[in-house]
Amino acid sequence: MDAKEIIARRVAQELRDRTLVNLGIGLPTLVARYVPEGMLVAFQSENGIIGFGARPPEGMEDPNLTDAGGGFISALPGAFAFDSATSFALIRGGHMDMTVLGGLQVDARGRLANWMVPGKMVAGMGGAMDLVAGARRVVVAMQHAAKGEAKIVPELTLPPTSARPVSLVVTDLAVIEPTPQGLVLRERAPGVAVEEILAATTAPLTVPDTVPEMSL
Amino acid sequence: MSTQRKALTPEQAAALVPDGATVMIGGFLGVGSPRRVIDALVARGAKGLTVIGNDTGRPELGIGKLVVAGCVSKVIVSHIGTNPVTQQKMMAGEIAVELVPQGTLAERIRAGGAGLGGILTPTGVGTTVAEGKQVLTVDGRDYLLEKPLRADVALLHCYEADYYANLTYRLTAQNFNPLMAMAADTVIAEPDEVVPIGVIPPDHVRTPGILVTHLVERPH
Repeated sequence: MDAKEIIARRVAQELRDRTLVNLGIGLPTLVARYVPEGMLVAFQSENGIIGFGARPPEGMEDPNLTDAGGGFISALPGAFAFDSATSFALIRGGHMDMTVLGGLQVDARGRLANWMVPGKMVAGMGGAMDLVAGARRVVVAMQHAAKGEAKIVPELTLPPTSARPVSLVVTDLAVIEPTPQGLVLRERAPGVAVEEILAATTAPLTVPDTVPEMSL
Repeated sequence: MSTQRKALTPEQAAALVPDGATVMIGGFLGVGSPRRVIDALVARGAKGLTVIGNDTGRPELGIGKLVVAGCVSKVIVSHIGTNPVTQQKMMAGEIAVELVPQGTLAERIRAGGAGLGGILTPTGVGTTVAEGKQVLTVDGRDYLLEKPLRADVALLHCYEADYYANLTYRLTAQNFNPLMAMAADTVIAEPDEVVPIGVIPPDHVRTPGILVTHLVERPH
């Protein structure tokens, strides 16, 4: 199982029946593959649809039907299409049960940075700031470290996406929960030792007496 | 009830957008963007536009074409990550970029079209977006005061238009279009289809024709 699959499978365990969920572009999109059998999860794409399905067969694509990354999608029976004000009313108005977002950094207070690297990369926040401010639960799905550099840090060095702490961080090494007392290590990836996680994390991390392996 | 009107060619529509104008352009990564009018603006060599839209598309797509062609001096958008040319021009000081959270952008445009003095949103509190903005505390929670946006011209894409220019939108191609239809002095709509009056049931009309200043002809 590669790093992305570990993350996607573990995040999918956070899904609950009959909920509205937004998946960010990239790695978070993979979570949709692992919805537990029999569970009804309505996925929203912030460009304006709830209830989208896989890319249609070649030649069947509709230029008026894409996901937030611009990729062609299909609409499932019962789908709902809407404008951008409605889309973000769903996100900000307490209707979005969970969002899964990628991350560049998370700090000891649980704050997320994921929209720009000053002087290097300015992507823009897109819908991320609204999602972190408004979704009931915010799950960050990211690699634990990037090219040997820690991404879970004492204090953000990149501009924050929101002042609000995220709910959970899932990486290829660990599940970490931000709490008012700081970051707590909840689970470790299969075969990964606590020491390995600590070595790849520069933020202070509380380690409980037992840290179970992720059950994938 | 609006009267029947003559459809414009994309070139005629582009001629109604003065250089230096503030222009709202519908679309999300080019989906729901008025592609024929954008091409005509590029062909005309429009200059100094301030463009309000969700993103700057890709270099060969949507608003991205206007950026690449040098038609744009400023963009007010939520995302430029899919168009490296926007980033290059921003770094070179050739284009000003105001980044706005997507939901805030939608509500600022809605406010502009709804006669509101602004909106209060929790989005952006404690971030660089809050710089220079008023923070108001309502029932113990902090909100940013975000001001309304309006434009000289809105360039929309729609699915159907009837002869009155009543408009419908399709699936994820609606995005910002119905909001922008309310927020500009001149509203130009580019349809995929033109249908006789009565074909669109009143409940399905999303933008009433009386708000649409000009309709572009259907694609040939």
